[in-house]
Amino acid sequence: MTSLAQERTKIRVRNLEFFYDQQRSLKSIDMDIPEKRVTAIIGPSGCGKSTLLRVFNRIYAMYPKQEAKGEVLLNGENILAPSYSMNRLRSHVGMVFQKPVPFPMSIYDNIAYAVRHHEKLGRREMDDRVEQALHGAALWGEVKDKLKQSAQSLSGGQQQRLCIARTIALKPQVLLLDEPTSALDPISTGRIEQLITELKEQFTVIIVTHNMQQAARCSDYTAFMFMGELIEHGDTDTLFTNPAKSQTEDYITGRFG
Amino acid sequence: MNDHERLYRVRRLKNRIAMALSCGATLFGLLWLVWILITTLINGFKALNLALFTQMTPPPGTEGGLANAFYGSALMSVLALLIGTPIGLAAGIWLAEFARHSKLGNTVRFINDILLSAPSIVLGLFIYTAVILPLNHLTNHLVGFSAFAGALALALLVIPVVVRTTDEMLQLQPSTMREAALALGVPQWKLTLQIVLRAAKAGVVTGVLLALARITGETAPLLFTAFGNQFWSSNLLKPIASVPVVIFQYAMSPFDDWHAIAWAGALVLTLFVLCLSLLSRLILLRNRSH
Repeated sequence: MTSLAQERTKIRVRNLEFFYDQQRSLKSIDMDIPEKRVTAIIGPSGCGKSTLLRVFNRIYAMYPKQEAKGEVLLNGENILAPSYSMNRLRSHVGMVFQKPVPFPMSIYDNIAYAVRHHEKLGRREMDDRVEQALHGAALWGEVKDKLKQSAQSLSGGQQQRLCIARTIALKPQVLLLDEPTSALDPISTGRIEQLITELKEQFTVIIVTHNMQQAARCSDYTAFMFMGELIEHGDTDTLFTNPAKSQTEDYITGRFG
Repeated sequence: MNDHERLYRVRRLKNRIAMALSCGATLFGLLWLVWILITTLINGFKALNLALFTQMTPPPGTEGGLANAFYGSALMSVLALLIGTPIGLAAGIWLAEFARHSKLGNTVRFINDILLSAPSIVLGLFIYTAVILPLNHLTNHLVGFSAFAGALALALLVIPVVVRTTDEMLQLQPSTMREAALALGVPQWKLTLQIVLRAAKAGVVTGVLLALARITGETAPLLFTAFGNQFWSSNLLKPIASVPVVIFQYAMSPFDDWHAIAWAGALVLTLFVLCLSLLSRLILLRNRSH
């Protein structure tokens, strides 16, 4: 097992602070996220794990009272700098949310919609891109005969894989997953966990999860957060079997959280 | 009989009294509605015939219909929707998507609610003083009461209804849908028009239908804007007939055949509004089952 220090860093976080309407909810976070690995962020509710994830694509910026300070370097460039274009950031960093939210259009258009915004593709190329994305999200076999049907007709687990498909269709470098299975049944959850381990061959994956078994099952590295601070970050096996900090141990053994 | 039983009986008695009172109140309210409907149906069907839709409003004592009034009402309603819907949609979108919690947004929402419940005669009076009088003056009495002014007055009624429903229907859409689209790099104007508005389509269309239902029966704002016309007119700059105004004039007259035409017009209006509300319910129901 390689250690975190030997990995190539994809995202470098330096002295990151986050404010909800003056209230500080992330406290000087320093963190290096390795490329083409799965990093899980765990911690009790309200610890700031989702907040941290939402900084990586600046989705928080749609709410006027939220603000991030510090540096988040993606490939060495600070994405928090005002000069870093939102359009560019979001084509590099994709996000899948807790609840699957298919757009009110066909399965095909759910995937093609955002691709059309970023790239001019011919009909053939677009068909290929949609098929590739659906293969990538392990959904092609189930929907290949009904691409023109409304995406709302799919089951919850299928909808979530469709959301993954439309995100990877943009060929991002980083994939953010915010509790992607918490609204799904165990079978769909298993499918998506399987998928996550496949996705790391192409993408840097960061997953926020409430479920510690899930973090242990499908991540290479795990970060434990508590009260807005990053307590411990290391390879998953070590963190779960031999944590360095007592707070981490308390959390993973179920003494709080 | 012990204390428990006595208490139980007293409570049961109170329950029955309360039940009887509220049922009575419901029946009392429904009674008038049913009475109005039955009277309209009976008198209206008696007077309903093909001539109603093919002949003009007659002088007293001769046969006639409401063709010119139906045409005038339809023309002004369509024109009012054409003017009011885009404005209402745009304002509703702005309120829900760009000014949801802002002070300005809340102020506009409050003013819109006032407009929504403003007496329609006030809106008619406003168009009369703001449009008709100056126009009359400018054109040297050539243009005054007109179909166009009537449509403007009706548009003032359409706008707040469409603003309100668009605002509410858009706000009902989950913010996760907006986040999901923004996370894909879709700009806000695109996601608003192509995703959120599409998701709220059924509700927004319902709002427009309700606005149409509201203006169909309006009389007061047309009295001193469109005025009325005994003849067929499709000139937007001339006075034009409308069903509610004809009903008002004919119902007040001493002539039996005018009364009959007024009843028939009232029946057609009632059925039209009924169909509109059924249609809007159908649209919402079908949307919910998806």
